[in-house]
Amino acid sequence: MRPQANPYGAGPVIRLKKIERHFGAVRALKGVSFSLFPGRALALVGESGCGKTTCARIIARLDRPTGGALFFRGQDLTARGQAKDEHLYRKNVQMVFQDPFSSLNPAFTVSHHLSRPLRLHGHSAPRAAFEEGIAQLLASVGLDPAVTKHKFPHELSGGQRQRVNIARALAVQPSVLVADEPTSMLDVSIRKDILDLLARVKREKELAMLYITHDIATAAHVAEEIVVMFAGQTVEWGDTDSVLANPAHPYTQLLLSAVPDGRPFVRGDSARFLEQAEKVRSLSRPESTVIEQIGPNHFKRALGAAT
Amino acid sequence: MNFALQPILAQKKAVAGLIIIVVLGLMALFAPVIAPGEPAARVGRSHQPPSVEHVMGTTKMGRDVYRQFVWGARTSLAVGFATGIAITILGTAIGLIAGYVGGRTDAVLDLVTNAVLVIPNLPLLILLASFAGTVGPMTIMVIIALTSWPWGARMTRAQTLALRNRDFVTASKMIGEPAWRIIFVEILPNLTPLVGINLVGSIIYALVAQTTLEYLGFGDPLKVSWGTMLYNAQNSSAIMVGAWWDIGAPAAGIALTGLGLALLNFTFDEIANPQLRSGPALTRWFRLTRARNRQLEARR
Amino acid sequence: MSDNLLEIEKLNVDYLVDKGEFRAVKEVSFSIGRGEIFGLAGESGCGKSTIAYAITRLSKAPAWISGGSIRLDGQDLLRLPERDMQKIRWKRIGMVFQSAMNSLNPLMRVEAQFHDVLHRHTGCSRQESRARADEMFRLVGIPAHRVSDYPHQFSGGMRQRIVIAICLALKPELIIMDEPTTALDVVVQREILEQVVDLQRSYGFSVLFITHDLHLMGQLSQRIGVMLKGELVEVGDVRQISEAPLHDYTRKLWNAIPQIPGKAHLSGVPA
Repeated sequence: MRPQANPYGAGPVIRLKKIERHFGAVRALKGVSFSLFPGRALALVGESGCGKTTCARIIARLDRPTGGALFFRGQDLTARGQAKDEHLYRKNVQMVFQDPFSSLNPAFTVSHHLSRPLRLHGHSAPRAAFEEGIAQLLASVGLDPAVTKHKFPHELSGGQRQRVNIARALAVQPSVLVADEPTSMLDVSIRKDILDLLARVKREKELAMLYITHDIATAAHVAEEIVVMFAGQTVEWGDTDSVLANPAHPYTQLLLSAVPDGRPFVRGDSARFLEQAEKVRSLSRPESTVIEQIGPNHFKRALGAAT
Repeated sequence: MNFALQPILAQKKAVAGLIIIVVLGLMALFAPVIAPGEPAARVGRSHQPPSVEHVMGTTKMGRDVYRQFVWGARTSLAVGFATGIAITILGTAIGLIAGYVGGRTDAVLDLVTNAVLVIPNLPLLILLASFAGTVGPMTIMVIIALTSWPWGARMTRAQTLALRNRDFVTASKMIGEPAWRIIFVEILPNLTPLVGINLVGSIIYALVAQTTLEYLGFGDPLKVSWGTMLYNAQNSSAIMVGAWWDIGAPAAGIALTGLGLALLNFTFDEIANPQLRSGPALTRWFRLTRARNRQLEARR
Repeated sequence: MSDNLLEIEKLNVDYLVDKGEFRAVKEVSFSIGRGEIFGLAGESGCGKSTIAYAITRLSKAPAWISGGSIRLDGQDLLRLPERDMQKIRWKRIGMVFQSAMNSLNPLMRVEAQFHDVLHRHTGCSRQESRARADEMFRLVGIPAHRVSDYPHQFSGGMRQRIVIAICLALKPELIIMDEPTTALDVVVQREILEQVVDLQRSYGFSVLFITHDLHLMGQLSQRIGVMLKGELVEVGDVRQISEAPLHDYTRKLWNAIPQIPGKAHLSGVPA
């Protein structure tokens, strides 16, 4: 399967090719492939345990695949590369974590959190340049530098903390940003603001973004492309609009039907839903390598044979 | 680390403990001023009870107990604190490295920790001392330090393991911080309460260990310390002849130091575990709840 | 005898802090009818969980109920001595909290935990508990033979269903659910909540359903209350709240949750 050539013309920054990850007998990833392009976001959607976090960790170099290949700007970096290659990768791929509070060191101020990446990846510059850099970073994520700089994590709200986390990731000037459920631990009324911030940052800095979530409704808000995962496999992927409007795989359909839409449940229907859910799960679980094309950029994995 | 000091000062227990330690420390420091003269000098008749002239009485050899107490504090406190600090540094460093690096390093350090843990401190010291004849404060300090760090190392390792999996450590790795910086600059400040507990416990332990050795006669009889005071008092059968001040003074010194440190320890405990904090609000809540429960029962 | 099972009137709950107190729940009044599902919506810190704890008189320090009344069938729960309150908890008011799935004893088989709860509140025998457990498992869609398994052998969603089953086994009149599915996947969430709705229809108990997800609430509840910073800013029929919210905050909360553009439905499972 080859992704549709993206409008920017540039090759993928990150490409996963048939990535496998086994933890002993458990196969967390069974042949996962997708690509990340500059200035575009890809949403990775699925229930917990489907393998999306494992993918994120592999891309963030916090874990190594058991099989398959990881390409960075066309270079095969699956195995541990030379020190300078690793350092370059580190500089280029940053992550925003799910828990805004535990992502910040409670012992230090916001200023410290932002000056460290600047110091490590900037050039040895005078003190003033750092102050300037920190102020700019804070402003770019919508925080008031004068007020926020000297605060400790526990003095900030959840939304503010997450903005600081995003600022820290941006301080390194990466080309790839992995956002692992960045809003699931935030209050509902501020989630959209954070997602809008991520979308804006992606556009302005031409970042290749991987947006991981279990909430498929937010995917449309942030990502041009979507990949739906179940039991370690990618079951449906392509243009977000196409996949959400015409879900072809039964699991995607199940997922979409379960999203709360405010309409009352049909009473007496629970047994039917339960049965349907179980059936879809057992149909979607077996491994399959057959891929069907549904649209120009819309693919689904055919159902595998039951074991 | 201003966030660490504030809670200490806010707790009454800590302030009391701090005062005790500071007073004892100042006393030791200003020994030449507040108890001038040679502590070993014979200044009075043997085993005199406390009087205006000799506030804490005299020893069998006619030495001024008060003077011995003040000068002895110098040695005891100095060795106790120095050894306590050494134990804490060793234990914390080993625990941090073992907890953070993991893998083989952790396995090796764990083995070493367990091996040293098994070594019985005092019998080893006694053994070494009986070969050497007498053991000076420096040697005592080194041997106690080298055999007492495992307890702190274990605690630190456990806490480091817990912190290592927190996202901010992963984030530091991702922005490219070197491992040593993550261990000593990012993780260590979060262990301050634990280090505090470790330090206090180690000092008390070192003080008591040192005193015990000297009491058993392995100290240097020419140096005056609370331990040698006890040794001399014991040898002169002070209790049997009723000279309680001879034993009482050094014992009180050790007890007071222990008390001061223990009070400080409560606070570190409370910082480390906020659920133990007994602020005025909590006390008020308990009082109100009890009153209400009584009222409701009465209505039945 | 009124139509209302639960009547909360002018409830005030304070959090005692070192200098004075912080009012977490301010003069909140609402009622839940018999057999009604009432949703309480709001974000973190609005006081909704504080109310849940207050109803069951399980408020932990430093939460202090400083005023108001909570009447269950006319009887003010806040004026009851602890001994009487213990007879009400579980037997008349059941509770399912967010982390309830983690509150099962990992060392006991599920049937033993069923018996534990049932025996304490009804004094029934082991056979009777076992029969009841089998029945409840069937009701929540878990194969009955699994009743002798240990909690860790079930997934998170199934454990939550077990907790709901234990809760229902005592046939309470009111069940309080505080974010029962927030930590679960959207499909599992739907499975559980559809079941709750069906069980509610069969047994006729009332539900106080607490969550931050207004859309979810709209699927279950008949009436909704919206809380902001300790105050109940809007209460009303779910239709009215979703179509014509009166308060700005309700509108904001309703709009904050992204919707899927042109949502598709589960059309059928391919052969």
